[in-house]
Amino acid sequence: MQEMIGNTAGHANHALGEMLDKIAEHKGCGTSGGSGKSSCGSSDGPSDMAPEVWEKVKNHPCYSEEAHHHYARMHVAVAPACNIQCNYCNRKYDCANESRPGVVSEKLTPEQAAKKVLAVASAIPQMTVLGIAGPGDALANPAKTFKTFELIQKTAPDIKLCLSTNGLALPDHVDTIKAFNVDHVTITINMIDPEVGQHIYPWVYYKNKRYTGIEAARILTERQMQGLEMLTAAGVLTKINSVMIPGINDKHLVDVNKAVKSRGAFLHNIMPLISAAEHGTVFGLNGQRGPTAQELKALQDSCEGEMNMMRHCRQCRADAVGLLGEDRSAEFTTEKIDAMGEVVYDAESRKTYQELVEAERVEKVAAKEAALQELDVTDVRIMIAVATKGHGRINEHFGHAHEFQIYEVGSFGAKFVGHRRVDLYCQGGFGDEDTLPSVVRAINDCHAVFVAKIGACPRDELKAAGIDPVDSYADEFIEESAILYFKEYFAKVCAREIEHQVRGDADIRQGAFTAAA
Amino acid sequence: MAYKIIASQCTGCSACEPECPNVAIREKNGVFLIDPKKCTECIGHFDEAQCVAVCPVDDTCVIDTAYPRYQA
Ligand code: SF4
Ligand code: SF4
Ligand code: SF4
Repeated sequence: MQEMIGNTAGHANHALGEMLDKIAEHKGCGTSGGSGKSSCGSSDGPSDMAPEVWEKVKNHPCYSEEAHHHYARMHVAVAPACNIQCNYCNRKYDCANESRPGVVSEKLTPEQAAKKVLAVASAIPQMTVLGIAGPGDALANPAKTFKTFELIQKTAPDIKLCLSTNGLALPDHVDTIKAFNVDHVTITINMIDPEVGQHIYPWVYYKNKRYTGIEAARILTERQMQGLEMLTAAGVLTKINSVMIPGINDKHLVDVNKAVKSRGAFLHNIMPLISAAEHGTVFGLNGQRGPTAQELKALQDSCEGEMNMMRHCRQCRADAVGLLGEDRSAEFTTEKIDAMGEVVYDAESRKTYQELVEAERVEKVAAKEAALQELDVTDVRIMIAVATKGHGRINEHFGHAHEFQIYEVGSFGAKFVGHRRVDLYCQGGFGDEDTLPSVVRAINDCHAVFVAKIGACPRDELKAAGIDPVDSYADEFIEESAILYFKEYFAKVCAREIEHQVRGDADIRQGAFTAAA
Repeated sequence: MAYKIIASQCTGCSACEPECPNVAIREKNGVFLIDPKKCTECIGHFDEAQCVAVCPVDDTCVIDTAYPRYQA
């Protein structure tokens, strides 16, 4: 960890001087995080979140984009049963939409799960969050879910607990959730109108009866809303996940956003439908398509004023382990866990690590603010794809990137707006000719791509596609570099060296995110 | 008759197990099976067979014609 938390003084000094002169009027956005919803609030900052909420979520890798880079979460697959059926889910296989591995994947007993959590937490000090999201529904398996929480809370009380649910059984368990001090609950809500819901849910199993059609959707939405209201009343943080299904609920999700916000949800995460025939889902088989990157962003933008959107969700599998985008689950298989003796929980080294991370985070926020202070106001905005391994820095080789983080940069600063998964371009040092075009397609809406390093061949291809490959910010902080790049870009536009153009749409890659580190 | 589970279709999700009013369902080798001596087709308990109602795979919990109709 040491080398990553090294000295970064002198970041903000790059070529800012000459730009300063050109700034006639600086009506920049609050550089220290204004109050309430400012148009320049970033998805990771305290500026658009109540302080008590920020305090709770700042170390949560799923809820804070920034914490993604420093903290890790893990999921344990202790809950195989489900009480509803969704058209985007085939229960036999890994579900990419609900961050849930299929039931054919590893299943754990609560005892095995607790041991695994302690082993991982001792080996990976960043591990601060444990989630139960499946393979079925956490609350359709209440005994297993809560037994796991009980075992973990006994040994490792510093680990935050969270769970995901479709909400059908939620009202019955709010008291228990509260009693276990579970402070993050995710409810997947895809509709608030049964007319819409009947096209997403073929049936629900409720009170010993199977309901279908509009009645099923009505029961589900009533229970979801009731559960959300109860969680809010109990002071439990609630995030809403929605799967965007073009032609079915895409426009409707704006209403869902309003409904969940008014009932106290603190984050709304709209994810693209992942659908392919080979997944064997109803949607996959009947050719229902997922949204394009531009459609997804447009919907997220139209909801943005309403509440915090979560744009960095990678739809990880429910048994993922590690920092987001870095799955280390292969190190902790059931076999290996069973073979381990008694696991000693190493609370001390965990604490030391977490203190180091705090220090680095403060430094990063300061660097971002310094760069922001210098910004000019224009309506030019560009998108930048960034290859990163985490820690908020540009530290990944182009060819090794499993995904790119996408930043929108303009006079409002640099804002994280999403990520794109890509097939590995480089396997063992050789650029694979076939995957490069798909990488280009995935980031086709970007003006530039920031990398730590890039080979000559992909560099030329990117240029040909009109994307500027930039390695001059290697190992620097992302947001600060993005702002610096934007300033240079803007200077060139002013000097008529280049003409500003909005770029086209991009692809969203299909399939659950399982790339191993 | 009693119900049976077609093992080749069962996902092993365990959803049916706790719903059976007669504790007739148990796991064996990753899939679930029904004890025909315990199964009452849910008669006297519920209007519909619970294992059928909750199972995510259609036509996996089915009537086992090898057994005579259950008499309440
Ligand atoms: S799927 Fe991944 S990114 Fe999304 S909430 Fe879960 S862990 Fe976080
Ligand atoms: S039909 Fe009813 S009694 Fe028979 S196995 Fe299924 S749930 Fe149990
Ligand atoms: S509910 Fe169906 S798939 Fe699940 S264990 Fe029972 S029989 Fe198998």
